[in-house]
Amino acid sequence: MTDSAIREISFSQAIYEAMALAMEADERVILMGEDIGVYGGAFQVTGDLVHRFGPERVIDTPISELGGAGVAVGAALTGMRPIFEFQFSDFATLAMEQIVNQAAKMRYMLGGEVSVPVIMRLPCGSGSGAAAQHSQSLEAWFAHVPGLKVIEPTTPYDAKGMLLAALEQNDPVLIFEHKLLYKMKGHVPEGHYTVPIGPSETRRQGKDVTIVATAIMVARALEAAVILEGENIDVEVIDLRTLRPMDTESIIASVKRTSRLLCVYEGVKTLGIGAEISAAIVESDAFGFLDAPVIRLGGQECPIPYSPGLERASVPQVDDIVRCARDLVRRKI
Amino acid sequence: MDTISNEASNLNNNLSRMANVPEAYRYFTLDQLKGALKKMYLIRRFEEEAEDSYQRGLTYGTMHLSIGQEASAVGICMPLSNADYITSTHRGHGHCIAKGAEPGKMFAEFFGKETGYCRGRGGSMHIADVTTGNLGANGIVGGGIPIAVGAALSIKHQKKNAVAVCFFGDGANNEGSFHESLNMASIWKLPVVFVCENNQYGMSTSIERSTSVKNIADRAVSYSMPGITVDGNSFSDVASASVEAVARAKSGEGPTLIECLTYRTRGHSRSDRNRYRTKEEIDAWAARDPIPRFEGELLNFGILNETMIAEVREAAEREIQSALEFAKSSPDPDPLQVANFVYSS
Ligand SMILES: Cc1ncc(C[n+]2csc(CCOP(=O)(O)OP(=O)(O)O)c2C)c(N)n1
Ligand SMILES: [Mg+2]
Repeated sequence: MTDSAIREISFSQAIYEAMALAMEADERVILMGEDIGVYGGAFQVTGDLVHRFGPERVIDTPISELGGAGVAVGAALTGMRPIFEFQFSDFATLAMEQIVNQAAKMRYMLGGEVSVPVIMRLPCGSGSGAAAQHSQSLEAWFAHVPGLKVIEPTTPYDAKGMLLAALEQNDPVLIFEHKLLYKMKGHVPEGHYTVPIGPSETRRQGKDVTIVATAIMVARALEAAVILEGENIDVEVIDLRTLRPMDTESIIASVKRTSRLLCVYEGVKTLGIGAEISAAIVESDAFGFLDAPVIRLGGQECPIPYSPGLERASVPQVDDIVRCARDLVRRKI
Repeated sequence: MDTISNEASNLNNNLSRMANVPEAYRYFTLDQLKGALKKMYLIRRFEEEAEDSYQRGLTYGTMHLSIGQEASAVGICMPLSNADYITSTHRGHGHCIAKGAEPGKMFAEFFGKETGYCRGRGGSMHIADVTTGNLGANGIVGGGIPIAVGAALSIKHQKKNAVAVCFFGDGANNEGSFHESLNMASIWKLPVVFVCENNQYGMSTSIERSTSVKNIADRAVSYSMPGITVDGNSFSDVASASVEAVARAKSGEGPTLIECLTYRTRGHSRSDRNRYRTKEEIDAWAARDPIPRFEGELLNFGILNETMIAEVREAAEREIQSALEFAKSSPDPDPLQVANFVYSS
């Protein structure tokens, strides 16, 4: 094994590395966001990049999300490749206009004559006690908008490879980064490589239940799978990775084998990712293979609370996944 | 001020014989001034205890301390009653206490307890006692600014003799909500006072790097309202500016923008490594600590003596200790109730 093959770095270092490689290779790549310079970013992802590439390319914006994101869109439209960091994905709500009305639609509205290769990075999710306005999982909102690509890597390897893949194509890409993943370590090769946007990844193969999960829920589903193994329940875990365009094909194929589907995601359950996946199954020939009703396990119908006990209760935990998977195996249509 | 008491006028008569006495000391009664000093102690001690509990790993999440900014919170709230509204920020502990909240329920919120002001749902960034007219701390920079204007619109429609005071930081002055709100407050002549607590930085970004004007008060020109810059670490300067702006708002003349120049001596939040400022700068501002400055003025002008000051400080300390005990012995919220309070019915 070479050093590179065994090298482990964190999820945030993997993103850092992707940005550094891209900036070295391509003058058009610039970074924009609040406190991404000397502060190193709210989650220390941009780190020392301002010292390596200078403040002309690592630009601290004022606290102006609508304007800042819009400037990135305008720069992308005119030959730059900006990577815009929101401090928290919650603050993208202030920039909805530029993301949804402008970036997503510009190419279409102008008859395919332009492209907007902007990348936006959005730290999301609960679990850090940051409460209602700093903990949301809003990725499904954005995935509802044609023109945007929405990705959600869950390993350091994918974080680097998918960001580098995003830089190689010409549409707006939103990268949701679950805050609890930043410190997670994993194998990451040193040089340039890409992980395609679109395909999901089967993290564990099993024959009894398919769990489709996103973000931190992938790790929880894998933990649950180990517990369930002890009960002779063999779980398949699919890491969705890309929300739009969604890889429904792999999910359909998996459900045809397992006949049971559990969707696990942190965003509010209703009208979310789980609804889309379930509908894809119901609309496909996998429908006839189902041995039990589909279960969606999502966030509670409430904002994320502060108090640790409440916060835990507001989003799926390993125990909840185990309980739902057990339920699925026992229930029959 | 219209509600001047005998005690205050006696104090005023004595003070008026002295030269250079800041105006604020003529407006307020002895009890009001003692109350202001006590609130400054309460804020400082609340936040020191909050910081301590973080460092010992007893609390969760993040927090933003306003240590060094107490004169701004307390000075601005001097002419306010519970009928007046405030909107606050992520750095809101001081505003909350200045507006009259009890430290016990604040600590309880801070520790995520059911007895906290937000029943453990909000935490440090959302602590607010709505019974005192506090419409909420806010996790969104600039989030409270239009809300204060809305409260002022209510006041006007309901023909109340009240104001809405809107606290925000220097960083917020570059959000669209700031500009849109000042414009509406101005065209509709609403009873609102905009208070920018300019502590020189929005997180790591200095106002020189983020803001096109030298003084944030200069922004007022664009919205045809008075804009003044005061020494935000001077209780008396802040209180005088507030008295004037509140009177103007209540008399129907419209909004004012007050910029309080101040400094947070602590980091932005837990994660701050202070890479963007120097130790010299921090020390220079720490030397202008608003609390000793207020004590010094109270002593110099013969308003309080050392013993009286010590009594106020001790009373504040007792309150903090019993507040901590109350909070620590309070129950956690029931996880089964997690989805309560989302809707009114
Ligand atoms: C809309 C929005 N953008 C960014 C943040 C992250 N953030 C929280 S406080 C802060 C700095 C705010 O600076 P300022 O308004 O000067 O207030 P201060 O922290 O100095 O009291 C930032 C960038 C946020 N909470 N909301
Ligand atoms: Mg500031």
